[in-house]
Amino acid sequence: MSSLWSQLEPLLPQVQKPARYIGCEDGAQTPRHRAGAVAWLLSYPDTYEIGLPNQGLQILYEILNEREDAVAERAYAPWADLEALLRREGLPFFSVDTHRPAAEFDLLAFNLSAELTYTNLLNCIDLAGVAVRAADRTDADPLIVVGGHCTYNPEPIADFVDLVVLGDGEEVVGEITEVVADWKATGKTPGSRTGVLRALAQVVGVYAPGLYEARFDGASLVAIEPRYPDVPQVVEKRTIADLAEWPYPKNQLVPLTEVVHDRLNVEVFRGCTRGCRFCQAGMITRPVRERPADQVRTMIENGLQRTGYDEVALTSLSTADFSGINDVVQGVMDDPINCGQVSVALPSLRVDAFTVGLAGQVQRARRTGLTFAPEAGTWRMRQVINKLIREEDLYSAVDSAYSQGWRRMKLYFLTGLPTETDEDTLGIGELARNCVEIGKRHNKSASVTVSVGGFVPKPFTPFQWFGQNTVAELNRKIGLLRDDVKRSRGVQLKWHDPKATLIEGIVSRGDRRLGPVIEQVWRRGGVFQEWSEYFDLDLWTGAMDDHGLSADWYVHRHREETEVLPWDHLSAGLHKDFLWQDWRDALAEVGLPDCRWTPCYDCGACTGYGIEHIVASATPPAGGSQGTGQDLDRGAEVPVALRAAPVA
Amino acid sequence: MSVVGNPKIRIRHTKQGKVRFTSHRDVARMWERALRRVRLPVAYSEGFSPRPKLSFGLALSTGYESLAEYLDVELSERIDLTDLPPRLTEALPSGLEVAAVADIERSTDSLQQAITSCTWEIEVSDTDLPTVTEAVARALAAEHIVVTRERKGKPVTDDLRPLVRHLDVTGSNESGCRLTAVLGTQPRALRPAELLAALEPPLELRRVLRTHQWIDADTGRREPLAAASGSAAHSEACVP
Ligand code: SF4
Repeated sequence: MSSLWSQLEPLLPQVQKPARYIGCEDGAQTPRHRAGAVAWLLSYPDTYEIGLPNQGLQILYEILNEREDAVAERAYAPWADLEALLRREGLPFFSVDTHRPAAEFDLLAFNLSAELTYTNLLNCIDLAGVAVRAADRTDADPLIVVGGHCTYNPEPIADFVDLVVLGDGEEVVGEITEVVADWKATGKTPGSRTGVLRALAQVVGVYAPGLYEARFDGASLVAIEPRYPDVPQVVEKRTIADLAEWPYPKNQLVPLTEVVHDRLNVEVFRGCTRGCRFCQAGMITRPVRERPADQVRTMIENGLQRTGYDEVALTSLSTADFSGINDVVQGVMDDPINCGQVSVALPSLRVDAFTVGLAGQVQRARRTGLTFAPEAGTWRMRQVINKLIREEDLYSAVDSAYSQGWRRMKLYFLTGLPTETDEDTLGIGELARNCVEIGKRHNKSASVTVSVGGFVPKPFTPFQWFGQNTVAELNRKIGLLRDDVKRSRGVQLKWHDPKATLIEGIVSRGDRRLGPVIEQVWRRGGVFQEWSEYFDLDLWTGAMDDHGLSADWYVHRHREETEVLPWDHLSAGLHKDFLWQDWRDALAEVGLPDCRWTPCYDCGACTGYGIEHIVASATPPAGGSQGTGQDLDRGAEVPVALRAAPVA
Repeated sequence: MSVVGNPKIRIRHTKQGKVRFTSHRDVARMWERALRRVRLPVAYSEGFSPRPKLSFGLALSTGYESLAEYLDVELSERIDLTDLPPRLTEALPSGLEVAAVADIERSTDSLQQAITSCTWEIEVSDTDLPTVTEAVARALAAEHIVVTRERKGKPVTDDLRPLVRHLDVTGSNESGCRLTAVLGTQPRALRPAELLAALEPPLELRRVLRTHQWIDADTGRREPLAAASGSAAHSEACVP
């Protein structure tokens, strides 16, 4: 089959960053397309710089290419300059490995990590020469598959995708390959597409939205039900029981040009049961599955030697919680072969002194900035969201960081949280000022950057029933905070655009009626909506109006316990009544300790699937209220009724 | 550790094929990784964020190919250079091939200072040989080739003519014509694209290959390091 390279080559000198499109990374596979091998194009619907480091895609890329019956390549959304040239020249969306047209693959798979990339998804499908609406596709067209965190509510894109995969992809891609291989062997005969989708719907973790009917009664969703008796009523997510069996990526890709997270990444555990109530990632990836420390060490050693990177990130949702963290970090830092030049990055740090000690070890070479995420400004608010960090923990962490030579600190917060009062919002400024004060004891130029994001309630979290704050309300809160810290020396405030937060909110908990809205935004040129220079609120609100849909109804309204949610026919293992109870506990300001070290609450994530936590250490990590020192007795001291969202 | 007496080596390599679409900075990062992969004892700078002590020659524009790229590396200890070229090539992305490595004196001028001109093979997409030949002849006959460019928001004028040491049409085929140029790099480097745009009529560049970088010397000009030789650079006086 065909490589488009000779046609692409003359276009590349005309575009920005042409290295995005050449492939050639160290670790790139040599795809062997052959009769009988199911061809996957693993795509990321945003730029190469953001998509290449995606670990999920890299893992599947290796697993599929190791199989006898599969071959996989990669693709990333072309930037607007190249897209214009491709369309002018009549060239399609292509793979970067062998520059093949996307439509020549059997499956076009996309990782969806952010709702605002949905219009790019449509753009890539269209650029591939495939009909954007699944219903308009022919038997010869590739199957459009999506995976990633956004797919826990795929309803807004149900019209455009053939298959949705829930949860860990390691095992399920093989099962999908087998079904598609059979279909391919029969020659994808006319009319066989529905048949293969029905066969794929039998694979646990696979949802084929076209096989389900969404019934509405007026504005309300009544049910989403299978159209065929053999199609499951509820689609369960996939969970790999033991990360040790999947030491991937074995050959992490080393890009030739700059990308985000340009370093070796080793996943130390998957899942998190800290139970932060705003955090969808934590809820949907339960339970905790640690990688054995020895395997982590081997992956680091081999990875550094093979790639030549001088930085390794130990990734997870809360890396300081990894049982073997101290030993692993010590090992890397003391390994003479690294000549003291290798640093360890610990994204998503816990807020406590232990963590700072750890950070002190790993940043021996380069003491840049330190980031903490207290998420809320008052203890009351942090109990509501179950991020149980006491002020003392934060201050001792900050003190220990400044005393060890850090001068800059970044603190992440959310605003627009359930039950948030102005006192809570202003608590953010107060915390930041106190941190600067502490810093000044060690360093006159101590500074703190406060980064505030508007809270978007996500499916499969206890906050899925909460009515998101309006743009006006978020702006008011940010304004309040801005005035508050204006004269505070050493405190810098940054915030996320509440307008983008609104759209993210609409799409996060939307239903199938949003399909035409997304399509219209895309047709009118709304691509790269993740990028502030491209984000266009008017395109979205205009499309909502044109289709008679109300943002207020989708976003700002509190939902009732009895309401049918657009993702009720999907399951992340979590019992709905567990989530509801956790929501009530949140409103009562009752915290819930981590089930890794306390008895199980039967949320469903283990109990439903016959799996359990895999944690090497039976005791919680030392230090800080997020470990043993949790003070949960102070819950419910100030019962606050949930305030109705202001009517916009 | 950076010590007064640290040894230095000079490396010559190519940049060809798809990898030509990477930038000068990208190539610098590829080198940092490759040197770590072969575990070369590279000297690092002191301070908060120690960097490996590499110094690169004239930047090659993104998209251009080259047979003659150079970098100098400061080492923390002297090493045996035998086998180093193939080991480095193995550690680099395909398209970057190490042609030679040699010890250099610590007092050697930096590449940026030393290089005075480069030889380029240029393909243009203009197919009409007489037009191209005339444009070249006109440029060579001109006393000045004045261009105006923007620098820090202000227009500055520049005469390119003194930087055009040699320019010649060497062939043509159905996809375009081929030129050879020797362009000066002091006080600033003239890029082939800039020259072609200043010709009358301007020519459209298709592909560029840097074949040599030169250091002017009393005895003629020489390369910083000749290809396929592990020894020091040799003098060479012929024209391209
Ligand atoms: S089932 Fe129990 S142990 Fe497993 S994640 Fe849920 S609460 Fe924790």
